[in-house]
Amino acid sequence: MSIFVDETTKVVIQGISPTSQGLYHGLRNRAYGTQVVAGTNPGRGGEVIEGIDVYATVAEAVDATGANASFISVPPRGAASAIIEAAEAGIPFVVCITEGIPAQDEAVAFNRLAREFPATRLLGPNCPGIISPGKCNIGITSGEIAMAGGPVGIVSRSGTLTYQALHELSQQGVGQTTCVGIGGDPVPGTNFIDCLAAFEADSETRAVMMIGEIGGSEEERAAEFIASHMTKPVAAYIAGVTAPPGRKMGHAGAIISGSKGTAQAKMDALAAAGVKVAQNPTDCGELIVEIVKGLD
Amino acid sequence: MDLYEYQGKQYFSRFDIPTSAGGVAGTTAEAVVVADAAGYPVVVKAQVKVGGRGKAGGIKLAADAAEVTAAADAILGMDIKGHRVNVVWVEHASDIEKEYYASFTLDRTEKLHLGMLSAEGGVEIEEVAANNPDAIAKIYVNPVDGLDIETARKWVDAANLDDAAREQTAELLVNLYRCYVEGDCDLAEINPLILTPAGNVHALDAKVTLDENASFRHPEWEEFASSEGEDERETMAKAKGLNYIGLSGSVGIIANGAGLAMSTLDVVTQVGGTAANFLDIGGGANADVMAAALEVINADPAVRSIFVNIFGGITRVDEVAKGIIDAIDRVELRSPIVLRLDGTNAEEGRTLLASHLSDRLRAEPTMIEAAKRAVEMAGR
Repeated sequence: MSIFVDETTKVVIQGISPTSQGLYHGLRNRAYGTQVVAGTNPGRGGEVIEGIDVYATVAEAVDATGANASFISVPPRGAASAIIEAAEAGIPFVVCITEGIPAQDEAVAFNRLAREFPATRLLGPNCPGIISPGKCNIGITSGEIAMAGGPVGIVSRSGTLTYQALHELSQQGVGQTTCVGIGGDPVPGTNFIDCLAAFEADSETRAVMMIGEIGGSEEERAAEFIASHMTKPVAAYIAGVTAPPGRKMGHAGAIISGSKGTAQAKMDALAAAGVKVAQNPTDCGELIVEIVKGLD
Repeated sequence: MDLYEYQGKQYFSRFDIPTSAGGVAGTTAEAVVVADAAGYPVVVKAQVKVGGRGKAGGIKLAADAAEVTAAADAILGMDIKGHRVNVVWVEHASDIEKEYYASFTLDRTEKLHLGMLSAEGGVEIEEVAANNPDAIAKIYVNPVDGLDIETARKWVDAANLDDAAREQTAELLVNLYRCYVEGDCDLAEINPLILTPAGNVHALDAKVTLDENASFRHPEWEEFASSEGEDERETMAKAKGLNYIGLSGSVGIIANGAGLAMSTLDVVTQVGGTAANFLDIGGGANADVMAAALEVINADPAVRSIFVNIFGGITRVDEVAKGIIDAIDRVELRSPIVLRLDGTNAEEGRTLLASHLSDRLRAEPTMIEAAKRAVEMAGR
């Protein structure tokens, strides 16, 4: 099994045009085997781009194709309204990889989803997307570094560290059920706990690899959840042990504010919750490989 | 982007948040002109983006033009914790009856806006939070609803401000919220917010952090950006469009992706080295970006070795390899480079680089081994 997406997932690409990022990544996702069923563009309804039918709105695309996931990589100024459009059309799973959305827009979108569209799950923004190896890939992850068959679930705040994690596991012959990049922004639509709960409930996932970074307190909250709700083993790595306070380390959300949000505090909280905590991504991969060996 | 106090006060003015009469000055003569207009006595305040300027002698009271000249003379050019004072803010000195605290920021756990108001202002809010947490009245504002005056009045009552200050403060808080939201701030903080003996409430200081992601809808922010740049390396990197943070070590770092860049700093430290910088070249980085990154690192005299750590996703490793080869031709690099390349088109990239490898350009198979090599080379 997988979480959030599988081989039945039908994807609509919002804001499609012959030169858009969405088309570029959407075609790679389709080549991987993902069902890319539609695109939207208010000025291009009725067109066909690279074999993808284009509709003026998400609602029309859903009516015509039964799309049940959307992929957004439109520029920052239009991203928040694209998220709401998808939710209004009844899309249950929205992936937004756009980086650089103003925090105010993101906060409004998050709270509108929570209040008006509780059935819609947003992944991102500013995330690499999600891949269930062999079934569905929405986003920018290279499918070839993932390995189908499980038993490991991956959840990560960073893009390149997610690739690193997939790479470490696949090289050792350890497959993944689903790999979720939740993104590095301050208000992510889907958080660690959402993913941990889904992995806990997924029968094929038998261990979880978690990659966090400085800033906020989501890792600490995840630690509480793991201690009280998880029966499956978790290994974690937190990036930014040496990051200076008060500086945004690339991601909008990766900032130590005063004494809050340090890597050490997160590692301590996770270790106290029984999580195996690694000092770098390579060690984290090795911890997972050991855990998986011990499962049989 | 953090604003200077004077920029923050000017920003407040746009949203009808009252501040003291005053102006900014880059010379002693300008300071006197501003002081004459503001009315004596005045306060001359160093403009630096670092705390503790009062203790460092960066804030002086002046009763007349001669004292303003002396104060501005002393403060302009002063070094406060490594920050040179280039301008002063001169404002009419306020009589203070009471000092309060007010701020808005995003609470990442609640995913709501957090307003904090306290009758105990003028000291660090972290101190109040630690010593007397009950003195801070908190309010969570859902961005979908916003903050209305009725809610603001209740909040002011909860904070137990003096009666004379309550209605003015409630109105000011609604404006501060507007400044925070419409002005796209990460933080809008007034400390202290004062009540004068005459019964007026206004902001005596301004701490504003702008959300740079919103700069596309704020062309007026250009003026703030031009006064940035305390660290020359960061100014240079910014001009080249690179995501760079200067640090004090000897291993220059180039990586793609914020997480991998942070992780690279961590690994360098773990194997006994020190990083000279954080540099994320982002997704889809091409030869030009790599060349620009190497130029910025090369300009840092503290750098003894350069660790290029790339995991190709959108970024294609063969493009990165071309960038490195191109940059070596373009820039005379002072330090040796250690490479670790993996991911999309890594084989092609390694093949391209194979004939260029030398003592000055080495490749290692893993992140850890590359970090060890870079640290070893920096130590020589």
